[in-house]
Amino acid sequence: MSEVIVITSGKGGVGKTTTSANIGTGLAILGKRTVMIDTDIGLRNLDVVMGLENRIVYNLVDVVEGNCRMKQALIRDKRYPNLYLLPSAQTRDKSAVNPEQMIKLIDDLQEEFDYILLDCPAGIEQGFRNAVAGAGRALVVITPEVSAIRDADRIIGLLENGEMQSIHLIINRVRADMVRRGDMMSVDDVMDILAVPLLGAVPEDEAIVISTNQGEPLAGTDTPAGQAYLDICRRLLGEDVPLSLPNVSYGLLGRLAGFLRRA
Amino acid sequence: MDRRPAAPQKRRSGEIARRRLKFLLTADETGFPPETLEMLRDDICRTVSKYMEVDSAQIEMRVRNGLMPALYTVIPIKSPLVRGTM
Repeated sequence: MSEVIVITSGKGGVGKTTTSANIGTGLAILGKRTVMIDTDIGLRNLDVVMGLENRIVYNLVDVVEGNCRMKQALIRDKRYPNLYLLPSAQTRDKSAVNPEQMIKLIDDLQEEFDYILLDCPAGIEQGFRNAVAGAGRALVVITPEVSAIRDADRIIGLLENGEMQSIHLIINRVRADMVRRGDMMSVDDVMDILAVPLLGAVPEDEAIVISTNQGEPLAGTDTPAGQAYLDICRRLLGEDVPLSLPNVSYGLLGRLAGFLRRA
Repeated sequence: MDRRPAAPQKRRSGEIARRRLKFLLTADETGFPPETLEMLRDDICRTVSKYMEVDSAQIEMRVRNGLMPALYTVIPIKSPLVRGTM
C-alpha cells in the first residue's frame, strides 16, 4: 500500500506545484517509487515544472473516462526512473471528475507505488474536494503572508472536518534577512497562529526560478531550497532531520514543533 | 504639491502582519465582523485600564475550539506591578 499525500494551500501562487515537483523528485532520489498526480484540471502546470510537457499523450480525465489504460497515461520522469507523472487535462474543467472517481484512480495506483502525491488546485471548490478525497495525509503550503495564512487556516479547518488523518505545514519563501529585521513573520509566529505541526520551511531561493525555467526540480541539489526539500522528504519518510538551515531562522517554537512532529 | 502616497512604513511590518492576521482569524472563526471585535477589545481594554496600565496596541484575542469554544485574550501591561500591594 502506498501513502497518499495531497499538497494544498487554499491561496494560489504560494508554490504548491513547485513543492509537489520537488517532493516527488526528492522521494525518487531517496529510492521511493513515486507518482505525482496533477489534479488541477483545466490549468495544468506540474508537467511544465517537471519539464515533461512534450511527452503528454493521455491525461487524468482520459484514464477516468476509460479512453486509455493507466499505463498509457503515466509519464516516466526524464531523470529518475522510479518517478512518474499523471498529467491533468488542459481542455476540460473540474466537473469532468468527481471524488469517487479520484478514489478509484488512486486505488489503481496503490500497488505500483510507495508514494502518491496529489497536486491540488487553489480554492476550496470541487477541484479541492477531488484532490483531498483519496488522501490520507495533507501538506499545507503557505508563504509568510497574511492572505496565504488566512486561507490556510480555512483549508486546515476543512481538512480537519473531513477527518484528514495527518496535516502538516510547509512554509515557503522564507527570507531570513527580512525576518531578522522584523519585516516578515517568523516561522515561530506562523506556528503560533496556525497550531499545525511543521514539516519544514523552504528559503526564498532564486535557484527555484532557474530550475522552473529549465523544467528540472532542484530537490537534492546543492542549493538552500534543494536541501530544504530533501530534508522535507526525509522527514516524510520518518527520519529525524533537525530543522536547522543556515538561511532560515526557526526559533524555539519551530524546533519544538519539529520535535513533536510525529509524536 | 506632491500627491504621491508615502512609502509603506519600513519598521517591523512583520509584527503588523502578525497582529492583523490574528485579528482576521478571530473574525473568521467567530463570525463577528471586525468592528464588533474592535468594540469588544476596546471594552476589555477600558475595563482593565481602571486597574493597571495596559498596552492597548498589543492586545490579542483568539477563539480556541476545545470542548467548548473559548475567547483567549493577551493583555500586555505597561507599568510593572508593584510588589507587596497584592
